[in-house]
Amino acid sequence: MPFDHETIVGFSKSFGLFYLLILSVIALVWTYWPSNKKGFDEAAKRPVAEEEDRPWR
Amino acid sequence: MFGLHYNLERSAIGLVVFIVLVASIGGLIEIAPLFTIDETVEKAPDMRVYTPLEVAGRNIYIREGCYACHSQMIRTLRDEVERYGPYSLAVESSYDHPQLWGSKRTGPDLARLGNKYSDAWHTVHLTNPRDVVRESKMPAYRWLLRDTLRTDDLSNHLTALRTVGVPYTDEQIANAALDAYGQANPETEAADSVAERYGAETNIRMFDGVTDRLTDMDALVAYLQVLGNLTDAAHQPNQPEAE
Amino acid sequence: MIADLTRAERVWAMLILGSLGLAGLAMAVAGRNDLLGVHGWMVLAAGLGGFIVVMRGLELPEPSDDRLTEYYDAPTRLGLILTLLWAVVGMAAGFWIAALLAWPDLTFDAAWASFGRLRPVHTSGVIFGFGGNALIATSFHVLQRTTRARLPDQISPWFVLLGYNLFCIVAASGYLMGMTQSKEYAEPEWYADIWLVVVWVVYFIIYMRTLARRKEPHIYVANWYYMAFILVVAILHIVNNLAVPVSFGSAKSYSLFSGVQDAMTQWWYGHNAVAFFLTAGFLGMMYYYLPKRAGRPIFSYRMSIISFWGITFMYMWAGSHHLHYTALPHWVQTLGMAFSVVLLVPSWASAGNALLTLNGAWHKVRDDAVLRFMALAAIFYGITTFEGSFMAIRAVNSLSHYTDWTIGHVHAGALGWVAMITFGSLYSLVPSMWKRPGLYSDKLVEVHFWLALSGTVIYVFAMWNSGVIQGLMWRTYTESGGLSYSFIDSLVAMHPYYIARAFGGLLFLLGALVALYNVVMTIRMPATAQNEVVRDIPIQTALQAGE
Repeated sequence: MPFDHETIVGFSKSFGLFYLLILSVIALVWTYWPSNKKGFDEAAKRPVAEEEDRPWR
Repeated sequence: MFGLHYNLERSAIGLVVFIVLVASIGGLIEIAPLFTIDETVEKAPDMRVYTPLEVAGRNIYIREGCYACHSQMIRTLRDEVERYGPYSLAVESSYDHPQLWGSKRTGPDLARLGNKYSDAWHTVHLTNPRDVVRESKMPAYRWLLRDTLRTDDLSNHLTALRTVGVPYTDEQIANAALDAYGQANPETEAADSVAERYGAETNIRMFDGVTDRLTDMDALVAYLQVLGNLTDAAHQPNQPEAE
Repeated sequence: MIADLTRAERVWAMLILGSLGLAGLAMAVAGRNDLLGVHGWMVLAAGLGGFIVVMRGLELPEPSDDRLTEYYDAPTRLGLILTLLWAVVGMAAGFWIAALLAWPDLTFDAAWASFGRLRPVHTSGVIFGFGGNALIATSFHVLQRTTRARLPDQISPWFVLLGYNLFCIVAASGYLMGMTQSKEYAEPEWYADIWLVVVWVVYFIIYMRTLARRKEPHIYVANWYYMAFILVVAILHIVNNLAVPVSFGSAKSYSLFSGVQDAMTQWWYGHNAVAFFLTAGFLGMMYYYLPKRAGRPIFSYRMSIISFWGITFMYMWAGSHHLHYTALPHWVQTLGMAFSVVLLVPSWASAGNALLTLNGAWHKVRDDAVLRFMALAAIFYGITTFEGSFMAIRAVNSLSHYTDWTIGHVHAGALGWVAMITFGSLYSLVPSMWKRPGLYSDKLVEVHFWLALSGTVIYVFAMWNSGVIQGLMWRTYTESGGLSYSFIDSLVAMHPYYIARAFGGLLFLLGALVALYNVVMTIRMPATAQNEVVRDIPIQTALQAGE
C-alpha cells in the first residue's frame, strides 16, 4: 500500500469516528468503574470542606 | 514513603501525557494531510511572486490591520461569485505567509480587487474613504501619503520569504530595494529591470502620484492592484460550479 | 513582595531580572533601526527597574519559617488587581473601536488610533490581559486549596505573573505601533512569542511541582481543566507561531506556513484558543468557585470528568468549521462540522452540571449577586455552545460567516460566560485573599450584575440582528436574477446596530469600573482580626495529618 496523500486522507476520514468512539468508551468505563466512586465522592466535597485554610505540611 | 511519593508524581505526569496525546491527535489528523501539498493545492504554472514593492505593501496591509475587516477568500457560493468574482483557489494564496483570508467582512472581500479601480481612486479612497464612498466606515489613512517607504531591508524580507518557501532568485533578492523604486517610477532603467525580473504583467506605475519619493501609499496600492492577479487559475473554465 | 523572598531567592530574582535587562539591551541595539528597538528599551526598563527594586530589598530580614504553614497568596492578590486593570483597558478599547465603526472619523488622523491597530489591543487586552491574569491568579489559589500544598517556591509564581504581563504590554504596545503577525489572537511577533513560551514552561513546572506535594492521591477536577489549559495552549502557541524573522534586528517575521495550510493551522489555533483558554481554564474556575460559593458539592463529579475528556478530545477537530466553503478540502470541513455538533454533548454536560448544583440553592442565587454571576455564566455557557454547534453546520455557516453574527456569538461567550464567571469568582475570592470580612459593598455587586447583564443582552441582540440582516442582504436576489443590494447598502443598514452595540459595550465597561472601585475599597477596609475568621484557626489534629 503506497503511503501517499490518498492513504493519509483515507485514514484521516475514517479514524476520526473510530477514535471518538474508543475514547468515549474508555472515558465512560473509567468514570463509572465502581471502585472509583469513593474517590470521586470525596473529591467532590473538597471545595466545600470546612477545613483549615493551610497547607498540610 | 518514597514509593508513595513516586506514585503520586507519576499519576500527575500520566494525566499530563494523556491530555497531550488526546488533544494532539485531532489537529494532527486534520492538518498533516494538507502538507502532502501536491494534491491539496491546484497546479498553477503561471503563478507569479510578489514584487518587493508589493511585499512592502502587503506588510502595510498587515500593519494597519486591514484583514480585520476585509476577507480575501471568496467562498464557493453563488452570490459571492456573482458579487466578487470566481471563488478563491488554494493555490492563489500559496505564497501568502501568512494567509490573509480573514474572518469578517465589515468591508467587502478583496480577493479580486486588483485592477478593478484606478490607482488614483485607491489613493483618494485610502486618504479619505468618504470622499469617494459617502457612507463608508473605513478609517482615513492619511499617513500613508505622508510616510516614506522603508526599502533598505527589503532584501532581508525576500530572503526570509525564500526560507519559508517562496521561490525568489538571488538576483531578485539582491535588487529588492532598487526594484521597489523601479516599480513606482516608470520609464526609468530600474523600471525596465523590474519587468525583466518579475514578468511583463507586473504593474509598473506611479501609484500615488507623488513624484519625489516612494510612500507607504505606493506600496499599499501596488499590493491592492495585484490582488487576485498572481495567477489566472481561478478563471479557467474547468473549475466545479459554485453552490 | 521582596520581604517574602528568601535571600537566595532575592539573588535569583536579581539574576533573572538582570538577564532580562541584558536581553532588552541586546534587542535595543540590534533593533536600533527598527521598531524592535522600542520594545528593547521597554524590556530593558522592566528588567533594570525590577533589578533595582529587588536590590534595594536585598538586605531585608529573611522571612520567617511560619510562612510555610500558610498558602502563598501574594501573587494571586496582585493577579486579581491586574485582572481588573486589564478588564478596564481591554473593554475601554473595545468600546472605542465599537464607536469607530459607528463614527469612523474618531480616528483623528493618528495611526495608532485607527480601528485596525486598536482592535488587537481590545482582543488581546480582554482575552490575554483580563482572561489570562484571571486564570493565573485563580489557578494558583485553586491549585493550593485543592492539593492542600503550598506553591513550591516564592519566585516562580512572580516570574509567571509578571513575565506574562510583560508579554501583554509588549503585545498591546506593539499593535499600536503596527507590529503584528496578523494571525488573529496570535498577533504578537516572534520575540514576544518566544518569551511567552519561557513563561509558560515555568507555569507548567509550578503546577507539576505543587501537585507532587499534594496530600490526596486524587487530583481535583478543576486542576485537570487548568492543566489542559496550560498544556494545550502551549502546543497551539508554539505550532501556530512558527515563523522566520527577517533578521535578529527586525520585529517582522514571516509565518512558516502559507495559504491553505496556514489557514487550517491558524483556525486550529484560533478555535482551540477558545476551547482551552476561554473554556477549559474558566471551567476549572467554575468547578471550584461555584460549588464553594453555593456551599454544595458539584452535582455530578463523574459528569465533570466525562465532559473534561469530551472537550479535550473533540475540540481539537472543530477548528475547520471556520473555513466552510473556502479552498480548504471538503472532507476537512465535514470533519470539523461533525465534531463541532457532537461537542454540544460535553459542553451541555458542564453547563447542566453547574445549574443542577444550584438546584436547591436558588434562594442563594436570588439573594447573592456573586453566585448569580456564576449561575448566569453557566446559562450563557449553555446558550453559546449551542449556538456554536449550530453555526458550525455548513448551511448555517454560509449565512453567518463573515457577518456580525460571529461577533455576537463570540461576545455571548466572552461577556456572558468568561467575564461573568470571572467576576463571580473574583468577588468571592477578594475578601478572603485580603482577610476582609466581606466586600466593601454588596449593593455595588448588584449594580455591576445588572450593568453586565443588560450590556451583554443589548450587545448580543444588536449583533444577532445586524449579522442576520447582513447575511440575508448579501444573498438576496431580485426577480430578474441579479443581486438586490450593493455591499454599501448592507453597511448602511448596520449603522443603528453599531450604535446599539457600542452602548451595550459601554454598560459592560461601566460594570467593570464599578468592580474595580469595589475591590479597591474592599482592600482599603480595615483587616479582620485573625481570630475572627473561623477557618484560619489552626487545628492541631489536622496538622499532624502529614506526618
